[in-house]
Amino acid sequence: MTEVERQPHPAGQVTPESHAQGAALAAPGTLDATVEAGLEVKVRSQWSYARSRFFRHRLAMGSLIVLIIVFGAGALANYVAPYSFSQIDLTNILAAPSSQHWFGTDEIGRDEFSRVIYGIRTSEEVGIFVAILSSWIGLIVGAIAGYYGGWMDNLLMRITDLTLTLPFLAILLVASALLGQGSQWRVSIILALLLWTTLARIVRGLFLSLREKEYVEAAKAAGAGDTRIMFRHILPNTLGPIIVNGTLAVATAILIEAALSFLGFGIKPPTPSLGVLVAGGQTNPQQWWLTIFPGLMIVLIVLCINFVGDGLRDALDPTQRRVRA
Amino acid sequence: MLTYITRRVLYSIPVLIVSTFLSFTFVSLAGNPTAAIRANPRFSQQTLENVIRQNHLNDSIPVRYWYWLQDVFTHKLGKSLLTFQPIWPDITRTLGHTAQVIILSESLAIILGVTVGIFSAIRQYSVFDYLFTSVSFLGFAMPTFWLALLLQILFVDIYLKWNVRIFYTSGLNSPGQGTWSLDRLQHIALPVMTLAIISFAVYSRYMRASMLDVINTDYVRTARAKGLPEWRVILGHVCRNALIPIVTIAALNFGALLGGAIITETVFTLDGIGFYFVQKLQNADLYAVMAYLLVTSIIIIVFNLIADILYGFLDPRIRYD
Amino acid sequence: MPEPVLSIRNLVVEFSTDDGIVHAVDDITYDVLPGETLGIVGESGSGKSVSTMSILGLIPQPPGRITSGEALFKDKDLLKLSKRALREFRGNEVAMIFQDPMTSLNPVLKVGDQLGEAIKTHYPKEKDDAVKARVVELLRIVGVPNPEARYDQYPHEFSGGMRQRAMIAMSIANSPSLLIADEPTTALDVTIQAQVLEVMKRVQAETHAATILITHDLGIVAELCDRVLVMYAGRIVESGDVTTIFQSPRHPYTIGLMDSLPRLTEDEEWLHPIPGQPPSLINRPPGCAFHPRCFLSEGRSACRTEVPELRPIEGPGHGAACHFAEELRERPSRFAEPVGGVA
Repeated sequence: MTEVERQPHPAGQVTPESHAQGAALAAPGTLDATVEAGLEVKVRSQWSYARSRFFRHRLAMGSLIVLIIVFGAGALANYVAPYSFSQIDLTNILAAPSSQHWFGTDEIGRDEFSRVIYGIRTSEEVGIFVAILSSWIGLIVGAIAGYYGGWMDNLLMRITDLTLTLPFLAILLVASALLGQGSQWRVSIILALLLWTTLARIVRGLFLSLREKEYVEAAKAAGAGDTRIMFRHILPNTLGPIIVNGTLAVATAILIEAALSFLGFGIKPPTPSLGVLVAGGQTNPQQWWLTIFPGLMIVLIVLCINFVGDGLRDALDPTQRRVRA
Repeated sequence: MLTYITRRVLYSIPVLIVSTFLSFTFVSLAGNPTAAIRANPRFSQQTLENVIRQNHLNDSIPVRYWYWLQDVFTHKLGKSLLTFQPIWPDITRTLGHTAQVIILSESLAIILGVTVGIFSAIRQYSVFDYLFTSVSFLGFAMPTFWLALLLQILFVDIYLKWNVRIFYTSGLNSPGQGTWSLDRLQHIALPVMTLAIISFAVYSRYMRASMLDVINTDYVRTARAKGLPEWRVILGHVCRNALIPIVTIAALNFGALLGGAIITETVFTLDGIGFYFVQKLQNADLYAVMAYLLVTSIIIIVFNLIADILYGFLDPRIRYD
Repeated sequence: MPEPVLSIRNLVVEFSTDDGIVHAVDDITYDVLPGETLGIVGESGSGKSVSTMSILGLIPQPPGRITSGEALFKDKDLLKLSKRALREFRGNEVAMIFQDPMTSLNPVLKVGDQLGEAIKTHYPKEKDDAVKARVVELLRIVGVPNPEARYDQYPHEFSGGMRQRAMIAMSIANSPSLLIADEPTTALDVTIQAQVLEVMKRVQAETHAATILITHDLGIVAELCDRVLVMYAGRIVESGDVTTIFQSPRHPYTIGLMDSLPRLTEDEEWLHPIPGQPPSLINRPPGCAFHPRCFLSEGRSACRTEVPELRPIEGPGHGAACHFAEELRERPSRFAEPVGGVA
């Protein structure tokens, strides 16, 4: 869907033997006449089409706004959180939500609201980092495999097949337990190293089909080198699925990291993570606020990301079935 | 058809070997098999050396793998490096419990999910559709552990408030009760519900999407043009084709369920293979961990194989691949 | 005049979309006589397919809507029938052949079973052996080699041309009185096109069914049709028997269509397409929908303000919807003298 493909036809070739020559009125049967009749079709770039399609998707727009607010609060945690996340107040342990502590306190009096805000920050850092890293790896590997084919492609397919047969969470747990104890960045890297395969498959499939397109042949005939073809011609057509997949990968990463931390194998305290916070709720089942709020945040973030991803998919690839939310 | 099946089976074997070898290498490299023993003051130097000799731990990894592989077949997965107990009985016991929960959840999820998916597609954009679409989106967004916890807390609270046990929130059985009793059902109801809800979201969503893909095809139009009653069109043509990708989804979901089992068994303290795995991992009991990875890999590969074969039955186009 | 098999009167079909209401079919009226082949010609978006699919209830009714009109098939108004009653006609007395044979058959069911389904739906009491025998016979009629073996095969084992033959066989299974063929050869290679057209001619000769042949290919029209309707932007702009239409077209659009065919027998520098784009069916030009692209209009106000009605021109059975159709009398058509190689 590059600009080359999507140019609308110039409205009719006017042949040298022009038709009826009108006077003041535009020669009927020509472009001017169509304009006059108010029938001109405006030419817009495909990105502006995508943008307007996205804006029409109200759920996606709303979710985007919510997401900006939530992630913004996380990023600005130091300013937004009323307390520090490790501030202990032993006089106020396990307090229910109140005006002082909107989300209550935990078993050593730390303010749950602040901890949740810092937890959001950690989650968004992990999510975005993992999404970007795994997208890069997946893109490069998939592009090379799809474009060059041959043994590289075979190798990639075998690797992705293998990752499908391995018990995913278990491998992650093992990796995390043995390699990445506690550190947020180690966990993120491990996640990225295991999550790139889905995008690699998608990109590979796209490059495989797109390299047969006529405009690629045309570029080759014009002498373009491989890299140029890949970057300039094929890549722009794959941006849609890459963006969608990358967005959804953020949600996946956040969910998995939360599960790992909940089980005690991911991010370890004192770094706040929403998963760790929910684990705190398990030990204090009577204090519902310790379980509900962090978990609700996870659900809210993932839900919004999914809606935004859905909206992006509608906007960037309208040929797909319009599975409206 | 038979050649197709044979080919898929033969293909799985090297995959299995490579997969387990990779896991073995990874586990061995990442963790020191003798670390736990060394750390434990109860074990003497002599014991340590015995362990090293018996398990060939001074040899290279491929050699170790070879011995381990032999152990798998002859000594049934060998013994734990830590407790020196045989691994196999633990695995079979816990696997049975996990299987009970997973099979129940999966069946529930498939039956309900596929049905809801079909109706959502037929009545697209109706209240029914929007309602279940929202439910699915929620299901996708909810972390398994959170849902499990919520259910647990809910039913603990019910018990504490009204002193009535609807569902148990931990363990597999009350003392003295058996595998197929009502008591067992009460104990596994919550983990089953947790897994079923999340899988339901997957199945209903994908079935709906699959149905919508098929409903607008030319051949469904042909079926209508032939004068078939609408129910026949839906059942005989639309569902028949829409169910095919669901087979693949089911196989993939199975792998996900094994992971989900780890979580639910931890939350509800069930004696299943997931809980076993987590405990062994925490103790760095590497050979037991390897046993888990091997067994689960086999299960996943077998299920993928079944799905491939089923696919071949349902879609004649791929039989000559 | 024999009773028409199908009588369409003032049919209007609309679609509600996000961008507005699409006027797909705007007040068309025509008859189909028994045994004749009626060609409907037009560009994509002219409403030619929608008009026939809507009669059979094959367009999804939201967002589509048959706003008004009648479709009398042997005295029954198809548009007023209940869904169940309409179903009895579909695939039975009125059958349809679609454009793309590659996707028109269910890929996971055997071809023979699918053809048999067409018969069993309307004759459920028939025994399976009888049905199978009939299907094999039908496959033989349309020229599928080795029909007994082919019965058990799947669509992906058939070539494109064979699939279309199977579709034709499916449509004539219950000896319909009216056959609607929606661009049956558009998706096929030229050589296969010729074969499939042969099959259609043979089928017509044998079954004597009236046929509506929808196409944009004038060559096919010349070869197979008795009468022609030319449609543009949801309206009929010209109608008449095939010889008259080719030899003396009386609508600028028809003339444009014929002029845009490349001339194989002369040396030319330029092609002569019809300038401009087909109009949006949501915001149609006021007056005659064709006027922005019309060489005859010359901006006259009648074209811009009044919708021309289909009126008789020069003889019975020839109608044109143009305010100034008479002025075209002076224009000799390309096909006024018989030219070898048109067929």
